[in-house]
Amino acid sequence: MAEQRYKLTVGPEGYLAPAAAIMGVVSPDAGYALSGGDIVPEDEALSLIAEKLAKAQNPAVCPGPLLLWHWSDSVPQKAAAVRAMAEACKAKLLPMPDYRAKSPRINPDIEINPNHPSLTIEHNNIDVCLFVGMHLHFANMALRLIRGATNCYTIALSDTAAIDEAILSVRDVDVGKIESVTERIKKIKN
Amino acid sequence: MRNDNTNTDNPIPAPNQRAINADELLLRTPRRRAFITGSEAVAEAVKRANIDMSIAYPITPQSESMHLIGDLYAQGYVRDYYRAENEFAVMAAIHGAALGGGRVFTATSGPGTLRAMEMFPVWAGSRQPIVCAFMCRGVALPPSIQPENIEMAFLLDTGMLMFHAENAQDFFDMILAAYAIAEQPEVHLPVGVFADGFFVTHTREVVMLPPDDVKLHAYSPDIAPIQPFDMDHPPVRQTRDPLMNKSNFTSYAASASWHQEILAAAERARKHIDRFMGGLTEVSEPNAEIMIIASGTAASQSREAIRSMKKDGITVGMIKVKSVRPFPTKEIIAATEKAKLIVVPEFNAGGWLAREVKASLNNNNRVIAGPRVFGGMALPSEVIAGEIKIFLNQNL
Repeated sequence: MAEQRYKLTVGPEGYLAPAAAIMGVVSPDAGYALSGGDIVPEDEALSLIAEKLAKAQNPAVCPGPLLLWHWSDSVPQKAAAVRAMAEACKAKLLPMPDYRAKSPRINPDIEINPNHPSLTIEHNNIDVCLFVGMHLHFANMALRLIRGATNCYTIALSDTAAIDEAILSVRDVDVGKIESVTERIKKIKN
Repeated sequence: MRNDNTNTDNPIPAPNQRAINADELLLRTPRRRAFITGSEAVAEAVKRANIDMSIAYPITPQSESMHLIGDLYAQGYVRDYYRAENEFAVMAAIHGAALGGGRVFTATSGPGTLRAMEMFPVWAGSRQPIVCAFMCRGVALPPSIQPENIEMAFLLDTGMLMFHAENAQDFFDMILAAYAIAEQPEVHLPVGVFADGFFVTHTREVVMLPPDDVKLHAYSPDIAPIQPFDMDHPPVRQTRDPLMNKSNFTSYAASASWHQEILAAAERARKHIDRFMGGLTEVSEPNAEIMIIASGTAASQSREAIRSMKKDGITVGMIKVKSVRPFPTKEIIAATEKAKLIVVPEFNAGGWLAREVKASLNNNNRVIAGPRVFGGMALPSEVIAGEIKIFLNQNL
């Protein structure tokens, strides 16, 4: 019997969603991206991201610490590009300011946390979320929890390698790629 | 990123070395012949690895390598170096140096490995690309300083990547490759590079070395998948707050997802092991009906057994396991497709490699979990060949 490839789909996947890499999803090389666990050309993924965000009922863009703190000269321009992308698709901005677990709980109206991200997704009825500016470890950890517990479609933009727990993920994301998604959203909306 | 030519923690000026990428250093730079011990091969690798900090604690048969790295510190090749209080202190301190964003190296052996045991899953759990050489020897089963690699069995589920060197050449190449693999953003895990003590560490052999005026580029924590513990990378307050420590389902699920991420990172290493080490295995005679699966110096002894059997007209193939974690399950399944007999010789009493092989194969009644030697005994090639001949005599 031929081996069936694991597909990343909208959840809820269950009690403990398996890690995509353990199920055989391979990180793409430069110029490629991940869609549902398959390696696809990067441009195709950028179009899919725009389509998902533009057609979402209640999308959210979740910027992480790497985008919220001015720790490098490239951050302000990138943060502005992400805000413009969120505005183009009328997405909520639900930041992940840090990674620590908060007690007794976070305020899901205004933030998302990697230790219990589904609280924010469910509280705000988010159907498509986009993670950007997070360290890869925490993005993967949180996206797996979202896939396990919610029916939210997940997207991740990464400064470095692809974030393989997202259904759609693009690597080496710079301002140009973010602006390209924004332009494609505007075209779909118009 | 740190300037490649600064040497802030070492009063000795850094030697003039050109920083190049790992592909160029490992795969393309012309090499020259040297006749050195495995311990010296470790030092030669560290000399070219652009190390920020190395911490030592002596234990046989590892002591010589860390002594030689002390010499490298005295020559300016390593930025900081000291002797810690014991092996646990070494592994804890080297973890701290890695958390701060440095590239680090250390080494230990046998009882030192066990004394430091608590730190190895901590390294993996905090996603630190620490490289540690393990010069394997007996532990207190009963007390022995002699060659055997039972300590590898204890480390299989720590989350570390584990590479097993057959000889000094492997030891040199695997240590440098370990940095290239460990520091990939989607991997970022510690790597243990193992060699069978004394056989590899204390004997000289030919090792092909790139020139020593080149070194790896400096490590950059900017691309790490987890934030370094400094005040330059957000979110800095993480360093002062606890992680997940609440007693409820949400905390348990988050902890499980974190743990999954460690295992996933090891899977992501496979493509980089292919690139920098030429694969997780080396296979000869993949269509043979008799296969030997071996790692470390058991692979060398197996080669001798294969050569002697060839003289008798018996074709035997071999799978040399270079990467124990991640384990080459698919590679072993593919290379044993036609095998009717699989022999797994080992230098330890537990037979950890045979267990891994048996767990990888469907029809594992083909696997003979041995021959195994330990306590310092040699593994003569005749013993391996004898195991195969017994099978042939019984099945003719």
